Amino acid sequence: MSALAMSPNLAAMLYLVASVCFILALRGLSSPESARRGNILGIFGMVLAIGTTMANLQAVTLPMILAALALGGAIGTVIAIRIQMTALPQLVAAFHSLVGAAAVFVAAAAYYNPQAMGIATPDGPNGIRLSSLIEMTIGTAIGAITFTGSVVAFAKLQGLVSGAPLIFRGQHVLNALIGAGIIAVAVWLAMSGLPGAFWTLVALSLAIGLLLIVPIGGADMPVVVSMLNSYSGWAASGIGFTLHNNLLIITGALVGSSGAILSYILCTAINRSIINVIFGGFGADAASAGAAKEQRPVKTGNAEDAAFIMKNASSVIIVPGYGMAVAQAQHALRELADALKGHGIKVRYAIHPVAGRMPGHMNVLLAEANVPYDEVVELEEINRDFAMTDVVYVIGANDITNPAARSDSKSPIYGMPVLDVEKAKTVLFVKRSLASGYAGIDNDLFYRDNTMMLLGDAKKVTEELLKAL
Amino acid sequence: MGLAALVLDMLRGTLVASAGAAGATDALPPAAHADAVDPVVLSLTVFVLACFIGYYVVWRVTPALHSPLMAVTNAISSVIIVGAVIAAGSTIDGGVTLSQVMGFIAVTLAAVNIFGGFVIAQRMLGKFRKKPRVLAGSTGNPTGDSTGNSTGRKP
Repeated sequence: MSALAMSPNLAAMLYLVASVCFILALRGLSSPESARRGNILGIFGMVLAIGTTMANLQAVTLPMILAALALGGAIGTVIAIRIQMTALPQLVAAFHSLVGAAAVFVAAAAYYNPQAMGIATPDGPNGIRLSSLIEMTIGTAIGAITFTGSVVAFAKLQGLVSGAPLIFRGQHVLNALIGAGIIAVAVWLAMSGLPGAFWTLVALSLAIGLLLIVPIGGADMPVVVSMLNSYSGWAASGIGFTLHNNLLIITGALVGSSGAILSYILCTAINRSIINVIFGGFGADAASAGAAKEQRPVKTGNAEDAAFIMKNASSVIIVPGYGMAVAQAQHALRELADALKGHGIKVRYAIHPVAGRMPGHMNVLLAEANVPYDEVVELEEINRDFAMTDVVYVIGANDITNPAARSDSKSPIYGMPVLDVEKAKTVLFVKRSLASGYAGIDNDLFYRDNTMMLLGDAKKVTEELLKAL
Repeated sequence: MGLAALVLDMLRGTLVASAGAAGATDALPPAAHADAVDPVVLSLTVFVLACFIGYYVVWRVTPALHSPLMAVTNAISSVIIVGAVIAAGSTIDGGVTLSQVMGFIAVTLAAVNIFGGFVIAQRMLGKFRKKPRVLAGSTGNPTGDSTGNSTGRKP
C-alpha cells in the first residue's frame, strides 16, 4: 500500500523508541548541561515519530504532507527566533491553543474517515467502534477547551484584553449548565454517532474553555498557562486512546503530569488551591482597595545614596520581578552586579516561584543577560540568608516581598511564602511609584525604617546606580 | 479517561457472552474476544504507567528550567501530528476528502508548535551558563564557596 510499508510491529517499536526519547528529553532538564542534549534527543524522537508514520502512507500524499510540514515549521521557527524572552508567556499560551486546535481537527478527521484510523466497525454508531467514539469525545472536548482557554490567556498576557477578571451574575450557573450539556451531548454522540452531536460537542467545549478563563485575573495567568499545558497533554492522550497509539498516550501523559505539577508548584507558591484560582476571581476588587490608603511616611533616596550603601556592603542579594523584564533592565542589572563583584562584594539573585509571568521566567531573563545560573538561587534555599545580608536590591518585584503574607491574617496573600527581604540590614526598593502591586495589595515594606525607596524606571535607576559606583 | 469506554465495553462483552450462552442468537458481533485483553485495557495500562513516569521525571526538573520545560512539553504534545499525518495521507479512491483537509490543517498547526517549541527551548537553554571559574576566584568572595546551586526539588 505504500512506498516503504513496514510491519505494524516495527512501527510500534519505533514509536516506543520515540517515547523513550521524549522521556529522556524531560529527564535532561534536571540540569542546564544535560538539558541541551535532552532537547536534541526530543527533536530526534519527533523526527522518528513523523518519519515512521509517513513511511506507512500512500506515496502520492507525501509531497502535500511535507509541504504542510514545511509551512508550519517555517512559521514556528521564525516566531521562535524572533520572539522577545519577555513575551515568552503569551507565546507559550498561543502555542497551547494550536495543540488544542490540532487535537480537534485530528478527532474530526478520525470521525469522518474511521477506516483510515482503524476504528471502523460495521455495527457501531455511524460505523465507528463505540469505545473509540467515547475516547474521541474526551479528546475533542479537552482539545476544544484548551484552544479557547489558551486564546483567552494569550489575549490577557499580550494585553489585547484587560487582565482584570470578568465576572458577571450567574456565571457559575451558566458554566454548570454548559458542563451538564457537554455530558449530555457526549452521551448523545456515543449513542447516535451523528455529525450534529459531534459539532455540538465541539461548540459547547469551545464555549466552556472561554468562560472558564475569562473570570481569572491577569496575576493568575501563570497558573492558567501551566494548567492549559497540562490540558494539551491530556488532549493528546485522548487522541492516542482513540487511535490506539501508545506514543500519543505516553507523550500526552508526560505533558499532562508536567503541567499539573507546575500548576501545583505555583499554587503552593501563592498559597491558594487550584479551585480557588479557577473560581476565585482574584484581584477583582483591587482598584477599590487601593484608593482608601492613608499616607504614611516613606524614606526615598537617590542613586548616590544607594551607591554609598552598596559600596559599604559585603553581601548583596538582588530580588528581580516582572517589572525588571518590562523595563528591560536585566542587562544593566548584570553590569551593576559585575561592578559590585569588582568591589569584592558577594552578589546573588533570589527567585520567587511566581516572579515573572510563567514558571522559571526570571531565570531565563537573567540567563539571557549572561548572569551565571549558579548565582541564581530559589526561595527555599536563600530565604534564611537575608538576615545575614547587608543590602537587598528589589527591582520590579513587589507582592513576593510583602511581609503582610506572614503577619497580617486579613491580607489576601496571607500564608503565601515570600522572600524575607526586610530581615536584611538595608532594603533598596526600586519602583516607579508608590502604587500597589499587580495583586493590588499595599506593601508594608515601603514604610520600614530600613527601606529606602528608589523611585523611577527600573533600568534608569540601575544605570544611575552603576554610574555612581 | 478510557475508563468509561472500558466499563461500556465490558458490559457489552457480558451481554454478548450471556446472549451466546442462552443460545438466543448465533450471529455474535466480534466486539470483544473472551480470551484476549481488550486494547482499551492495554492503552489504559500504558497511560497510567506513563503518568507515573511523568510525575517522577518532572519533579526532578530544576525550577530554574521550568520555562524550557513548558516549551519542550509544548513541542512534544504536538506529537498528535502522527494522527494528523495519518488523516492527511488517507485517500479514498484518489479523491480529496474532508477528513484529509482536516488532517492537513492539523499537520500545519502541529508543525508550528513542534518547530516553535523546540527552537525556543534550544534558544533558552543556550543562555544558561555557569560562572566562569577564573572570575569566581578573583571576586574576593570571603568564604570562596560557590553560591547555592539550584538543583532539583524533591517531591
